[in-house]
Amino acid sequence: MEAHLLHKKNKILILISALGWWLLHVLALYKLGLNIKIALIDSTVNNSLLFAVCFGTSHMMRWLDPDKKKASIKIVSLSLIAFFCAKIAALIIAALCTSLLPHLLNDTAAYTEMLKKTVLIRFAIALLLITWVALANWFFNSLSQQQAGEKQKNDSEKLLREAELMDLRQQLQPHFLFNSLNSINALVVTKPEEARKMIQQLSGFLRGTLKKDEQTFISFQEELKHLQLYLEIEKVRFGHRLHLDFLIDEDSCCLLIPPLLLQPIVENAIKFGLYDTTGEVTIKIIAKKENKNLKINISNPFDPETAQPNKGIGFGLSSINRRLYLLFYQNNLVQTSTHENTFTTTLIIPQSS
Amino acid sequence: MKKCIIIDDEPLARSIVKEYLQAHPEMEIAQECSDGFEGVKAIMQHKPDLIFLDIQMPKITGFEMLELIDFPVSVIFTTAFDEYAIKAFETHAVDYLLKPFNKERFEKALAKWEQNAAKEDTVPPLLEQAHKQPEEAHRVVVKNGSNIKIIPINDIHYFEAYDDYVKIFTKEGYSLKKKTMNYFEQSLPSHQFVRVHRSYIVQVAQITKIEVFEKDSHVAVLKSGVKIPLSKTGYGKLKEVLGL
Repeated sequence: MEAHLLHKKNKILILISALGWWLLHVLALYKLGLNIKIALIDSTVNNSLLFAVCFGTSHMMRWLDPDKKKASIKIVSLSLIAFFCAKIAALIIAALCTSLLPHLLNDTAAYTEMLKKTVLIRFAIALLLITWVALANWFFNSLSQQQAGEKQKNDSEKLLREAELMDLRQQLQPHFLFNSLNSINALVVTKPEEARKMIQQLSGFLRGTLKKDEQTFISFQEELKHLQLYLEIEKVRFGHRLHLDFLIDEDSCCLLIPPLLLQPIVENAIKFGLYDTTGEVTIKIIAKKENKNLKINISNPFDPETAQPNKGIGFGLSSINRRLYLLFYQNNLVQTSTHENTFTTTLIIPQSS
Repeated sequence: MKKCIIIDDEPLARSIVKEYLQAHPEMEIAQECSDGFEGVKAIMQHKPDLIFLDIQMPKITGFEMLELIDFPVSVIFTTAFDEYAIKAFETHAVDYLLKPFNKERFEKALAKWEQNAAKEDTVPPLLEQAHKQPEEAHRVVVKNGSNIKIIPINDIHYFEAYDDYVKIFTKEGYSLKKKTMNYFEQSLPSHQFVRVHRSYIVQVAQITKIEVFEKDSHVAVLKSGVKIPLSKTGYGKLKEVLGL
């Protein structure tokens, strides 16, 4: 984690507090009747040790993950560690002072007496301070982790939104939309009735695109109805060039299909057919029930000499394949084949019941 | 009387241009075309003053169609999607109409064209510009007489400079295209095609071996048996692509 309590900004503040603490210690001992020299040495030894332990604790806390789930266990173990550290620190302080000071000072009897009396207080103060340092670090770290987590969450939400927008854009197919509007623009003057009909079809198609929930399945019949709206519009646009051939088995109508699956494939077929050849184009859609599954064939003519199979058609189909994989965990539900001048896409939709 | 041609694969899209043109009796619609092949023929035949051109059309795009025409012609692009706008303006089109466009916008485009035509007798150098704006190509459209051929770049063995033209060699022989070697060098994928000589660009996958020719120079031998001379820098570039 990057953020840490011992960050540059906090360093001066910590240094000032440490100095204050040291001074307070000196003053307290002086008031108790020790001479200033002893008070200074005692405070320095005692507090240097204390600060070293606090510093160590603070660094140790950096590696302790402030995971909320185990917070209570951690607090307990933390206080135990702090208690342990404080105990060791207090013992070292006492030992050092008693062994060092007699060498430095002539009159130590009063001091030794005082040390014995204050060992408990020193120990309590050390315990409190170390525990406080540990908790402050823990709190600070968990706060900054929370902030980092929030940022990550925001980032991933943004990504998701962008992906959804891409999805929407793909569904709305600006090229199709603007060309359809252009056709309506042309019809308004010459054939107002047809223009009105086309507006109805276009809005019906768009409404269907927007309201469908991608998760719930619909009947194949319903999907075909939506497809029909789309195809009627394309027929107005391309006139005599576009022919449609439907071969739908009756028992396939009530089978289930994820919504808005067929339209992009048919759109691909139409685009492929219409832009890769110059003559009339027949799009064939065959659907039947096979081994309890729904099997759909969509075929279009193409020119094997100039077709670029990687352009356009690949992208559309791979996203369909991805969608079916996420729903059924099967990777072979979309297949394509070419036979002479015909390109066929085969879809298999498993039926759960 | 000014002649114009409308090229668009959607009949209704052509009819809206026709409708707007009714207010201009001085404009004669010489022909309507539903794809680029018809477009090329019609332009050759009628030599129009102005064409209205869609971009996404069957077989060849509006841009590819323009490359096949040998004389300058004024173009107003009509298209539904603005992904081509920049390229269209780079080709010095008179204007670029986004479908659906209204009459006022159409009039503005026509006025712009009339102004341009009055200012200078020669129309904007549309074609030369179109030739100068390479983008990554995946096919080359050529015209042999009245036949238009689309050659996928994978089928091309090599290119050879030939005066103002470039010879494009495939297994069926060669086709001519009025472009520069630099144009092809820039527009073809650089890992697939290498300019091995001032006058030659070779598809790397077609090379079977590189032989020493005389003292210091090398030749590349293609699968078809053709030997292509390599210049010093060309040999260096080829070695780099082959990872030698």
